[in-house]
Amino acid sequence: MEFAIQAEGLKKRFGDHEVLAGVDLSVPPGTVLGLLGPNGAGKTTTVRTLATLLAPDGGRATVAGYDVVRRPREVRRRIGLAGQYAAVDGLLTGRENLVMIGRLMGLGRRGARTRAEELLDGFGLQHAAGRPSKTYSGGMRRRLDLAACLVASPQVLFLDEPTTGLDPASRITLWQQVREQIARGVTVLLTTQYLEEADFLADRITVFGSGRVIAEGTADELKRKVGDERLEVSVEGVEALEPAAAALGRAVSEAPVVDRETRRIAVRLADGIGGVARAAAELERCGVPVTDFAVRRPSLDEVFLQLTGASAQVKESGDE
Amino acid sequence: MSEVLSLTGRQMTHLRRTPEKIIAVSLTPVAMVVILGYLFASVITVEGGAYHDYVMAGVFAQVGLACVGSTAIGVASDLQTGLTDRFRSMPISRASVLFAYTVADLVTAVAAMGAVSGVGLLVGWRIHGGLLESLAAVGLLLGFTYTMLWLGVLIGLVMRNLEAINGVTALALVVFSFLSNSFMPLRGLPGWLRTVAEWNPVSSVAEACRVLWHNAPASEGASLPVRHPELASVLTLAVLLAVVVPLALRAFRTAATR
Ligand SMILES: Nc1ncnc2c1ncn2[C@@H]1O[C@H](COP(=O)(O)OP(=O)(O)OP(=O)(O)O)[C@@H](O)[C@H]1O
Ligand SMILES: [Mg+2]
Repeated sequence: MEFAIQAEGLKKRFGDHEVLAGVDLSVPPGTVLGLLGPNGAGKTTTVRTLATLLAPDGGRATVAGYDVVRRPREVRRRIGLAGQYAAVDGLLTGRENLVMIGRLMGLGRRGARTRAEELLDGFGLQHAAGRPSKTYSGGMRRRLDLAACLVASPQVLFLDEPTTGLDPASRITLWQQVREQIARGVTVLLTTQYLEEADFLADRITVFGSGRVIAEGTADELKRKVGDERLEVSVEGVEALEPAAAALGRAVSEAPVVDRETRRIAVRLADGIGGVARAAAELERCGVPVTDFAVRRPSLDEVFLQLTGASAQVKESGDE
Repeated sequence: MSEVLSLTGRQMTHLRRTPEKIIAVSLTPVAMVVILGYLFASVITVEGGAYHDYVMAGVFAQVGLACVGSTAIGVASDLQTGLTDRFRSMPISRASVLFAYTVADLVTAVAAMGAVSGVGLLVGWRIHGGLLESLAAVGLLLGFTYTMLWLGVLIGLVMRNLEAINGVTALALVVFSFLSNSFMPLRGLPGWLRTVAEWNPVSSVAEACRVLWHNAPASEGASLPVRHPELASVLTLAVLLAVVVPLALRAFRTAATR
């Protein structure tokens, strides 16, 4: 099996609204693909199609080596799905939820019990295991939901915005649990709105825009695609801006951008470390007092905004 | 089979934790028994027996009708919480998920009918038929209720919106129980309305129960459901089931949340 998840030309329309306009994806076993895209881009639709919940109108897809349309049962044996909203039974306790899933997945009564306890331990839910899950906090429900899709130790995991609405601590806990799965060799397809989440968890990232893939690569590749590295230099007083800008201009032969407000100068770095070294030397030579000297890469946020063509809101003050 | 067991187990746990559901389903029918069978029994007269005997079969059918709504709500809530998606992404049979709803809600219906019988006995209702006949009537009521549960499953899958389901099933409950012989013999109705009411399965089921229980049956008229209520009810229920179950399974396959 070359790819754990593979899609070719997936199409789906609802009425006359084309939601997926030919999506290609390929995820090698044991890796994590992050799916990014603005609201309504078709991320959830893609996940639901791959998880056999929606039939595509065109194209084909295999998961764990089986065609999602022709062999859905084989696919379902091998996947775990955590949908965009935690799908646990609120009237059942955490433990009962997991035992029920285990029994449905054919672990048998005892097997299901044992597995439930393991997961309750692993996800730090043991203290609340006997309470109906509707009394859980959002973070606990999310963890229970993730535990539920791991009951049968799936080979492929679909996580649709697993940490939306979680506080930073819960998010990090959940990330760690996902990482444990990754370490076990599970293939993960993850959709997310949080670019740092994709940066942290995903090996490769696919950016969606209105039903098609508009960019694909590692986080670094995508960042590079959007823009080169920049050198940013801050000086103490306004009077130092002129000589510093001149020095930088000589060093990298690009026009520096000067922001008087923040007393910061930015210049594009076309040739990496060489430019940095020359810039440092030039500044040193003309004796300008420098308070900050840093190489910046575009953040994934910028990548995202630029690729998806969202209005170019300036996210961080001081950026040009 | 173990799928059905664990899914039904889940529903039974729901029932244990929210017994209100049984109360909700039995409240109106019990009130009907008290109002019609006790307060109005001396005002309304029917031929061939006491009104409190006549009305009981109709009230039992009402319990079955009331289950349509409660089942539909259960099914639609699971769609909304995404639980249905979880089940559909697992290697279990579609039928077992739906079957589990109907098994658990049949238990609710039986409990509600128990409550109705209790109150009925208090207001003076008695079965006058033989044991086998009486049991046959109970079986018919269960068959009717079970058909209604599948109808509830279908409505829940198709309509999805809880408020809309509440409205529509409440309306259907009123229409189907009043456009039948549940509370009044049909002789007062104008021609076409009377035909509709005679063919309403609620009428034939209720009438069949009256015949089997010797509870003041009001058979007059020439149409098939009036002359052979047992046959007519078995037939209409079988046809209904044969239509509704495949439709529900199909709706389940395409059911998508939101
Ligand atoms: N069952 C449906 N019927 C009609 N339209 C639908 C249905 N499901 C999704 N859509 C539409 O398809 C488009 C893509 O939806 P999808 O949920 O895949 O987006 P998404 O990328 O997951 O967005 P989000 O980031 O908001 O979760 C949306 O415009 C949505 O309105
Ligand atoms: Mg989504």
